[in-house]
Amino acid sequence: MEYGFLIEKSVLVIVVFALTLGIALYSTYAERKVAAFMQDRVGPNRAGPFGLLQPLADGVKMFFKEEIIPTQASSALFIAGPSIAIFTACMTSAVIPWGQSLEIFGRTVVLQVADLNIGILYVFGVVSLGVYGIMIGGWASNNKFSLMGAIRAASQNISYEIAMGLSIIALLMVTGTLSMGEIAAQQSGFSWNVFYQPLGFMIFLVCAFAETNRTPFDLPECETELVGGYHTEYSSLKLGFYLFSEYINMFVSSAILATLYFGGYNFPFMNDLGLSQNFVTIIGTSFLFAKIFFFIFFFMWVRWTIPRFRYDQLMRLGWNILIPLAIANIVVTGIFIIAKSTYF
Amino acid sequence: MESLSNKKKVLEKKPMNFWERIYIPAILGGMAITFKHMFKKKHTVFFPEQTREFSENFRGLHSLKRDENGAERCTACGLCALSCPAEAITMVAAERKKGEEHLYREEKYASVYEINMLRCIFCGFCEEACPKEAIYLDGNIPKADFTRGEFIYGKDKLLPAMPTENKVLIP
Repeated sequence: MEYGFLIEKSVLVIVVFALTLGIALYSTYAERKVAAFMQDRVGPNRAGPFGLLQPLADGVKMFFKEEIIPTQASSALFIAGPSIAIFTACMTSAVIPWGQSLEIFGRTVVLQVADLNIGILYVFGVVSLGVYGIMIGGWASNNKFSLMGAIRAASQNISYEIAMGLSIIALLMVTGTLSMGEIAAQQSGFSWNVFYQPLGFMIFLVCAFAETNRTPFDLPECETELVGGYHTEYSSLKLGFYLFSEYINMFVSSAILATLYFGGYNFPFMNDLGLSQNFVTIIGTSFLFAKIFFFIFFFMWVRWTIPRFRYDQLMRLGWNILIPLAIANIVVTGIFIIAKSTYF
Repeated sequence: MESLSNKKKVLEKKPMNFWERIYIPAILGGMAITFKHMFKKKHTVFFPEQTREFSENFRGLHSLKRDENGAERCTACGLCALSCPAEAITMVAAERKKGEEHLYREEKYASVYEINMLRCIFCGFCEEACPKEAIYLDGNIPKADFTRGEFIYGKDKLLPAMPTENKVLIP
């Protein structure tokens, strides 16, 4: 193990971590602004120019709020809940390829923290751990509404993970690899996976909404029925962790959507411009972030358009529609692959 | 039976066709609507810097009035306090001394006159009850403040300053 490698990776980890937190921080601001614009309002505009310091003000407020642990709550688990939620949310970004590779001081730096050969499996594993944060927190609160929210979150995540996994299987049949880096590299130029897997993309998108507990699937925290959902009893920074982990999840799932289906760091005509490798990498990374920001906006756009599902509708959509569709997608993809290898 | 107004419309309940059942066109339509709203005119009024126009008969903060010579019209009869449904008005009556004729119009006047703006519901009954045309709700909305005590408006806030020359204050 050489030192250059360690330094390179630790710098990359710190940059990715800081970027994740920074983008999640400003997603809260963007969410309020988008919500305001869609309702013909102007949104936060008092803290700093255009209200740009609003997320910092919110963070400071969260820090200084009184911290309450209910006497009847199981306090160790009560603290563990939000910690797990934000920990798993931050872990997922490790396998996402942020760009091709930079040539710095004669070294080739690959802009990916860890190119696991089972990158997608890793993402799935960590994302499924995320629901434990909600479940433990909801259960440890010793509150009926919190427990209801936690149960909803758990059952919702389990049902939508199946459809999500099945939609990914069809994608894996096309790409033939589980490594995120290779999947991104295969979509070089404009041969993005969304053109080969439009139905799979739709299913994955819907499931991503459900996995991040965003509207129209935000039943775990639906205020009209459950007071606050799984975080009813939470206050101060622990509540902040829960809310913040939702935005980190949104950023990470946007990055995964962009990488798996929208070509990641690839952009049209990237190989025909005759630019140096470093330059192409930088443009590619900015393209990836443009795609990620689009998806984050899309998450917010949908949130302020579509009302929440009823619980039985949610379950019916997951089990009766998305899972059969995903299986059909696998079958059709398989037939196409065989036909292609036999006749062309 | 035929309805009188002919406004009744019988909705036909048709089963949804395939495109309606997958909901995606409807969702896209809804998203187009919200996207259009992003560029529409914002209706926000930036309150402290910018205030809304009030209608002619808007009932705002109270003001006690003076007569054409600048003397206080209020005689502390207490009808306003009596008519007040929120019991927001209190007053202490006093007798006019010799040499104060230019300050108070009648022999009796209110030495303390207080309205609790947190209790007041701005119904305007005090204005209607007043036989002397001494109180009008012709002001603005009450200012925000930090303590409850600040919302008890005394004569210092309700009564306009004594005019230097004889101005007619009642329209």
